[in-house]
Amino acid sequence: MSMTRILKKTLELVLLVLCILAVFGPMMSLVIWSVAQTWYWPSALPQKVGFDYWKQALGVQKSMAIGAVSIVPAFLLSLSIAVVTVVVGMALAVPAGYALAKYRIPFGGLILFLFLMPNAFPQQPIFVNLLQTFTRIGLAGTVPGVILLHILVGLVFGVWITSATFRSIPPSLEEAARSVGATAPKAFYRITLPLAAPGLLSSAVFVFITSLDEFTGTFFIGLPFVSTLPLTLYSSSGYNMQFASVIALILLVPSVAFMLLIQRVLKAEYVGGMG
Amino acid sequence: MSELRLQNLTIRYGKVTALDGLDLVIHDGELVTLLGPSGCGKTTTLRSVSGFLVPESGDIFIGERRVTDIPPERRGIGLVFQNYALWPHMTVHQNLAFGLEMRRLPASVIAEKVRAVLGVVKLEGFGDRFPRQLSGGQQQRVALARAVVLEPDILLLDEPLSNLDALLREQMRFEIAQIHKRLGITTMYVTHDQTEAMVISDRIVILSNGRIMQQGSPEEIYLRPANKFVAGFMGTTTFLSGTVSSVDGERCLIRTADGLELVGSGRGFTVGSRVSAAVRPESIELLSAAGSAATAAPGAVNRFETVVDRAFFTGELVDYQLRLGPIFLRARGDASRIHRAEERVSIRIDPARLPIVPDSDAA
Repeated sequence: MSMTRILKKTLELVLLVLCILAVFGPMMSLVIWSVAQTWYWPSALPQKVGFDYWKQALGVQKSMAIGAVSIVPAFLLSLSIAVVTVVVGMALAVPAGYALAKYRIPFGGLILFLFLMPNAFPQQPIFVNLLQTFTRIGLAGTVPGVILLHILVGLVFGVWITSATFRSIPPSLEEAARSVGATAPKAFYRITLPLAAPGLLSSAVFVFITSLDEFTGTFFIGLPFVSTLPLTLYSSSGYNMQFASVIALILLVPSVAFMLLIQRVLKAEYVGGMG
Repeated sequence: MSELRLQNLTIRYGKVTALDGLDLVIHDGELVTLLGPSGCGKTTTLRSVSGFLVPESGDIFIGERRVTDIPPERRGIGLVFQNYALWPHMTVHQNLAFGLEMRRLPASVIAEKVRAVLGVVKLEGFGDRFPRQLSGGQQQRVALARAVVLEPDILLLDEPLSNLDALLREQMRFEIAQIHKRLGITTMYVTHDQTEAMVISDRIVILSNGRIMQQGSPEEIYLRPANKFVAGFMGTTTFLSGTVSSVDGERCLIRTADGLELVGSGRGFTVGSRVSAAVRPESIELLSAAGSAATAAPGAVNRFETVVDRAFFTGELVDYQLRLGPIFLRARGDASRIHRAEERVSIRIDPARLPIVPDSDAA
């Protein structure tokens, strides 16, 4: 190994470590805070380390001294809402995106623009209005109401990404399938859908994460009866840094897991001939 | 194998008439090229035969079957696209097997048919490759194989060679012609490239504005264009307009406004008809310097004295722009004897290779 090669490798390694630090550094402080039972200034690290806050949050232990409550119900609620939002949202977004991409829909551009609206404005006025409407029809403070809200907010990613994905697939690919005897639905399932899979899955990831993270709208529509994880983070952790860190880390888990799953599926798709 | 018959086909896009009452028959086993500039209706015709466009009026028959309202998947057509349209997530084998699977054939039959068709397009052993691992020419062969593996009644090719480079294009022309000869499928071939059409076709149909301008064998179209549009489309053409001053069978003597007298070929003209002579570079013969033994007597038919305006050496030949009074003519000469600018050159135009057409665009 020559000198320059060693130098180059070393430089690469240093860069890699710096990148990892930049990405995971802030999260490390979360990890430390979540296990810090006693941490006084000016010490660089906690004096006493333990899993009391984790146990409390996960409902294994109930200590009045620590004060915060179990977040397991909120976590399960958030997860269920996110899953239903993805399923229903994508069931709407895939046909809508396909139609907007493949057919000349009257006012198609306007429809796409409308989906963008909830994210193009300051959201509070929209949600306050929505609360009025939902109250009138009895959806305020209910889980279906919150799901409906999350679909509304998530659909912008759903429809925009799916329609862009379908638009990127040349129509001749489906036509070629038709010409060799495939019916229109068969051509869609065998040709267009597998080719669109990476785009559809990434739009599903966006919808999922949007739902899991959604705060403002859920604050208006959901409280006080429906309290998702982000709302719990705000309302019941207060100024308790340890407890907030635990919730923040737990919020990461489903997102990362979903992302890893998608990545695995995507990789199979690419190996399968996308490139 | 069957005949393809289009009857009075009319298609409009909004207010634009893409096809205007088109009548066309492609006989069993024939290869017919639809040739014309973009927007002439050739792709519209192909898409209506394939079933992706529903005509406003008129009918399409494949053999005795009326297919006008039948969806594409039940028409029994093979389709080759300009961009190949191979499915990128499938191997060559899977691309070819897809249509056979749709017919629910047993796996052993499918494997045998795919193997055989790969032989036809000279791609044995490429079955496990993905389209992106193939060159453009190879991809187009797979596309052709996918269209013919189902033994369709009609094969439709939509500008199949226009994405290939010039050298490959020339090679593929011959291969398509050969495969057509071997399989004998009734074929409609769409292109805007007149050389491609000449090489490949049994018959050429020239389209303009959704109407047939002329149809016939490549020689007929080239030597006896029916009108100015057809004559102008088949290569570089200079039109000299004039009046017929005498007619002798197919030979017409015409006199231009500049007093030039030309003898050309054309039917159906009478003395006094307003016509144009379609002068092509390849029908101009450059005579060696005056006084040579081969030179005909001065005043002989279609012999003119010109001056070289410009000369372009292209390697295999020399491209000339010649001045004949106020007229500029394009001509081609042998690279072994290059005439320089301002040199005087005698030319002769063979009357048999000088088409006379009516002096308007109407058919």
